[in-house]
Amino acid sequence: MSKTKSETVSETANETMSGAEMVVRALQDQGVEHLFGYPGGAVLPIYDALFHQDTVRHILVRHEQAAVHAAEGYARSSGKVGCVLVTSGPGATNAVTGLTDALMDSIPVVCITGQVPTQLIGSDAFQEADTVGITRHCTKHNYLVKRIEDLPRVLHEAFYVASHGRPGPVVIDIPKDIQFAKGAYARPTDNQHKTYRPVVSGDIERIRAAVALMASAKRPIFYTGGGVINSGPEAARLLRELVRLTGFPITSTLMGLGAYPASDQQFLGMLGMHGTYEANHAMHDCDVMINIGARFDDRITGRIDAFSPGSRKIHIDIDPSSINKNVKADIGIVGDCAHVLEDMLRLWKGLPQDVEKPSLKGWWGKIAGWRARNCLAYRPSDTVIKPQYALERLQALTEGRDTYITTEVGQHQMWAAQFLKFDEPNRWMTSGGLGTMGYGLPAAIGAQIAHPEALVIDVAGEASILMNMQEMSTALQHRLPIKVFILNNEYMGMVRQWQELLHGGRYSESYSHSLPDFVKLAEAYGGVGIRCDNPADLDAAILEMIDTPRPVIFDCIVDKMENCFPMIPSGKAHNEMILGDAAEDIGAIIDEKGKALV
Amino acid sequence: MSSVYSEPSPAAPTSRHTLAVIVDNEPGVLARIAGLFSGRGYNIESLTVSETEHEKHLSRITIVTTGTEAEIEQIKAQLARLVPVHRVRDLSDEGPAIERELVLLKVVGQGDQRVEALRLAQAFGARTLDATLSSFIFEFTGALEDVERFIGIMADCGLVEVSRTGVAAMSRGAEAM
Repeated sequence: MSKTKSETVSETANETMSGAEMVVRALQDQGVEHLFGYPGGAVLPIYDALFHQDTVRHILVRHEQAAVHAAEGYARSSGKVGCVLVTSGPGATNAVTGLTDALMDSIPVVCITGQVPTQLIGSDAFQEADTVGITRHCTKHNYLVKRIEDLPRVLHEAFYVASHGRPGPVVIDIPKDIQFAKGAYARPTDNQHKTYRPVVSGDIERIRAAVALMASAKRPIFYTGGGVINSGPEAARLLRELVRLTGFPITSTLMGLGAYPASDQQFLGMLGMHGTYEANHAMHDCDVMINIGARFDDRITGRIDAFSPGSRKIHIDIDPSSINKNVKADIGIVGDCAHVLEDMLRLWKGLPQDVEKPSLKGWWGKIAGWRARNCLAYRPSDTVIKPQYALERLQALTEGRDTYITTEVGQHQMWAAQFLKFDEPNRWMTSGGLGTMGYGLPAAIGAQIAHPEALVIDVAGEASILMNMQEMSTALQHRLPIKVFILNNEYMGMVRQWQELLHGGRYSESYSHSLPDFVKLAEAYGGVGIRCDNPADLDAAILEMIDTPRPVIFDCIVDKMENCFPMIPSGKAHNEMILGDAAEDIGAIIDEKGKALV
Repeated sequence: MSSVYSEPSPAAPTSRHTLAVIVDNEPGVLARIAGLFSGRGYNIESLTVSETEHEKHLSRITIVTTGTEAEIEQIKAQLARLVPVHRVRDLSDEGPAIERELVLLKVVGQGDQRVEALRLAQAFGARTLDATLSSFIFEFTGALEDVERFIGIMADCGLVEVSRTGVAAMSRGAEAM
């Protein structure tokens, strides 16, 4: 131990360099290949250091929020840490939405921000903002580096903290004088933080108790989330094995789609506010619930005191604060999904063969009844494109291709979650926790950078896409052939849907007025624009989009008044969800108390 | 239990807990802890902090908070997952902890009222740190109830200013944190 330490010291002892050079060197030592950023006064020394090398490729974005979303898309589609470099003041404050998004969805991001020189901190200097103060609430951890001696340690520590335990964004704020200062660089070590050691292996006795409970279940269900994806491909593999072996039904949160193949018979579809009828009813009626890497978010549970009232709940999460936060767990297991799943699988296989497990036949029969309700059905049309139809065609025409999907936020996002089928993890990038409109286009850029040969599609709404539209310029500059598939209904659709349900159809400010001509806009950026408003032409238009090796904006004109169903209305339980064909007067279903909820 | 869908449950009883938190004494750590409480809507009744192990740069933060059992569990879990937090211990879990607070009181008065203030302060075992012809500053250290009682009594004897340190606490017995 001490030997390796002294070796490391001798190897790097004479490596004196500037703070800016340390930043770039640390990125290289951490294996960073891509960095999303935007230059400015307080990071010029780092940009100069980047200029002198070509291992780290810098992707110039057009807005710092987009830099973070792009890093998120990169991280989520590749499993690596996403990296961001922005300047002080507005550079840092613009990044705040992206950082908050990464915190809510547990995405590993390291964001380096420039800061005014240390002697100017606190003087309201030009482009000064209290970045560590502002980002304290929207990062997993953050640092202000005031001594060059601390910089190498902090740089490596940031990568360790961002990627270990429950992942999240980490900010390193580096004053300009520290970027110029000279110091000794140190390479990363194995345990990069002196005390931060998240628990990864679950308590084996609790896992044993969980497996025993599962073996006795008559109406079990797996409820899995983004934690499985974050844990890595091994977790998804183990999950598949466990689900097949147990024969239990499985549902997933928005964040967890792809961890279990959507095309499999045991998969009930997504659960929650816009989840499937079968998934939500199964959650309500189950007797044993196995939550793996999900957090009982309010979009999932609906009315919490009526949430799955008859079940015993097993909750596996790497973050101890997730357990018993919203829903009391009967068996809480703190640990990394892959580790716990491995133990579970071993114990399940080791169960005594002579003990008869309850038959699940009746339970599957009940589920078949709910499935027969065909909850995603919609009224087809041959004159106007239904948004659901557009996504069904997109799914059919991209099948078998190496596809990554991102979304913006709103109706289109929920339809995409319902109608696109993800059979592999890391293929689906959407803003779940924060619900950030403007996420999808920069996230698509990040995913395309990570997977240059893949087909990357941002399923968008015409309102969301305008929030980070400037990133078309980024896509063009870096020759990223992303596809923006806009379901254009000329409304902020989800806002309009809620106004229809809760506010007497008074569509206050939710009409997308003065929209640009998206085809011309695509062309103005140097991309390709395609418009389609006829169901009969849709397949050919989608194929044209897929076959265009350049950035494309597809303006898909869809039914303006279509609403997103099924839906659990505010303040209602899982078994009180409403379906599209029963949704004549749902304003009357939601009571006064429900109207106050989000 | 702060889901937007949860009904406030008046049935759940609340209790007072004293938490000891060992943290890296790095810039911003106090703001991180205070921000956690304000951001998540928890109560802080008292918060004291000071570096306790200089060579390791460790500080001990003592927090007195009130909440339901579930809230206290959340508070502890949320504190423990902060990166600079080493250990969180609920001193109230292990029976009543030793808790002390120091208070300074400035009392202004003349004649009998002044004599009475001094006599009461002596009866409480307070120290007199400063005296003029028309004022005293008393120092009193004690359990929270005693501090409250002393302040209450001095209120009738010309009390004009109070400064309290907040609670310092430790669990009983041989076991160290």
